Amino acid sequence: MLEVKNLHVEIDGKKILDGLNLTVRDGEVAAIMGPNGSGKSTLSYVIAGRSDYEVTEGEVLLDGENILEIEPEERAAKGIFLAFQYPVEIPGVATMTFLKASLNAQRKARGDADLSTPDFMRLVRAAAASLEVNPDMMKRPLNVGFSGGEKKRMEILQMALLEPRLGLLDETDSGLDIDALRIVANGVNALRAANRGFLVITHYQRLLDYIKPDVVHIMSKGRIIKTGTAELALELEKNGYRDYVADAA
Amino acid sequence: MAAITFMKTPAESKLGEQFDALRALQPALPSTTRRAEAFERFAAKGLPHRRLAAWHYTDLRGLLRDAFAPAASPGAEQLAAASAYLQALPAPQGVRLVLVDGCFQPTMSSLDKLPAGVAVASLLDVLAEGSSFATDLLAAENLGSGEAMLALNAAFMQGGVVLTLAEGVRVAEPIDLFSFATARSPVALTTRSLVEVGAGASVMINERHVSLGNLASQGNHALVFALDEGAAVDHVARLDGFPATALHVGTVLARLGAQTRFNSFTLMDTPGVTRRQSFLEFAGPHSNATFRGVTLLDAKSHGDTTLVVTHTAPHCESREYYKTILDGESTGVYQGKVVVAPGAQKTDGKMLSKAIFLADGASMYNKPELEIFADDVVCGHGATVGNLDEDQLFYLRARGIPLKEAQSLLLNAFAADAIEGVATDAIRDELTGSVEQWLRKRQS
Repeated sequence: MLEVKNLHVEIDGKKILDGLNLTVRDGEVAAIMGPNGSGKSTLSYVIAGRSDYEVTEGEVLLDGENILEIEPEERAAKGIFLAFQYPVEIPGVATMTFLKASLNAQRKARGDADLSTPDFMRLVRAAAASLEVNPDMMKRPLNVGFSGGEKKRMEILQMALLEPRLGLLDETDSGLDIDALRIVANGVNALRAANRGFLVITHYQRLLDYIKPDVVHIMSKGRIIKTGTAELALELEKNGYRDYVADAA
Repeated sequence: MAAITFMKTPAESKLGEQFDALRALQPALPSTTRRAEAFERFAAKGLPHRRLAAWHYTDLRGLLRDAFAPAASPGAEQLAAASAYLQALPAPQGVRLVLVDGCFQPTMSSLDKLPAGVAVASLLDVLAEGSSFATDLLAAENLGSGEAMLALNAAFMQGGVVLTLAEGVRVAEPIDLFSFATARSPVALTTRSLVEVGAGASVMINERHVSLGNLASQGNHALVFALDEGAAVDHVARLDGFPATALHVGTVLARLGAQTRFNSFTLMDTPGVTRRQSFLEFAGPHSNATFRGVTLLDAKSHGDTTLVVTHTAPHCESREYYKTILDGESTGVYQGKVVVAPGAQKTDGKMLSKAIFLADGASMYNKPELEIFADDVVCGHGATVGNLDEDQLFYLRARGIPLKEAQSLLLNAFAADAIEGVATDAIRDELTGSVEQWLRKRQS
């Protein structure tokens, strides 16, 4: 479903991605691991459509269509979902208002009618219950005053509501304690489906104990330098990135 | 008294001729003399212009090329248009007072609903009686430090209401004060109303200026508040239907006795040139005044908020909190001046103006000023201008919310916290609705 071909990306003239190639298949959970500064978060932002990165070469294809030319909201409507490493606080916008605006905007872009309020509430309540999110949080401004764990759970809740084609999880494990990690991972696992793919970006193997990847990629200096099975992540955890990074250099 | 002859601009000369014509029709009343004095004060200064600090960003001498004729008394058609507008609104909970083309309309006003202890009189009747009230009304511009537009207002005032609340009267429902511009040719409207609130009394005044028929108008409106000890006033001002050719100068004058509370909110969301200016004096201790506002500007509209708060008495608190959104080639102005007189110790004064730009062609002028002549005070001011937060916008767009809708969500939130201070739920909801409507218009 997702094909990244020879992607070159710069920010302020500095090269971050250097001819990256990557494929995520339907139903697949692909993990990307790599040291700090290897370009993992940049990859997720570029796929989601953040404008401060300059793509100098290459393509990102979603179901065969190059999405680099379309706006972030259009990418979202086509099924790209980025779970942010640092979910943004939006004072004054109630979480519920945001969720409804988001869901209905995507439905509208796909030619579907707005959800009725009762149907919407039912969906939200079910998603909140499965992620152990307190319904009172929905009345609060989005992410404002939420703990790290609450913010990450809210990201997964949004993913559950929006039912994307591709879920990009950018260091979703950072800042989570074990209990929150388990809840978040269960939330992701519940969304695994034959017509959905995941790209899970993480520093640590720990998350992959909970979300079992089908494939593990190692990224360094803006490229994928090795691809393997879940075993590769365990190996990394034991020996560190040094062997692979040195190989690439 | 000789006619004034040393006018400078065509508009100023025309105002002179109009005033002479007006005076010729007036009976010999004490107020006639006071009007002439007021006009002389205006004539000595002329229209405010950019070389005056208080009008630097709203140059009326340049903006007011022609002085429109004072509006004639409304005919049946005008009154019907105003009635139709009112009937389309939700039925008022409280008293509704109506001015059409500057003239008070007792029959359109719900005077039968006046609670006990509340009296309403027509400004012109009060002036005709020659009571001390009349003098107060005419002299009120002293609070505005000799403002030329207030002097002009005192010279030309066509109508208005004098609302009196007896001691201890608490009016639960808002009192609507409507002023309609309905004329079929460009006109000048000049109104002046007074709200006198007795000791311990309280009221909400819902000031609404409505333009029907999309015509150019020049409005010069003054609303004077006098609060006795322990009184409380909530005030909301807004405009509806004014076209890009409209000029509106609205002045609030407030004198606060001891232990009073004054809470004012202004929504500026119409095209044209709008200046809302407030002059407030703390005459007694332990009082509190809050001014908040939301200003929404697009195209070439011009919105000016000017406030002068004078702490004469000690132990008073003043707050100013304004949010401005600028699109197109619009211009926003916020001038806040807090004056702390010698002896006004323990004054607590704060001003904050925040503006967001949606277009490169817009301009915002923030000018907070503090003049402090006492040594034990806490005063502060802040002003920010900027764009919407890129991280917030990207987050919303990454969830599928289109750019303009994402901007609207953030702008709505930006405006909302200034509206929160409005005491009446229904009015707060209407204000929120107006902001949403302005944003929707932008989105489409």
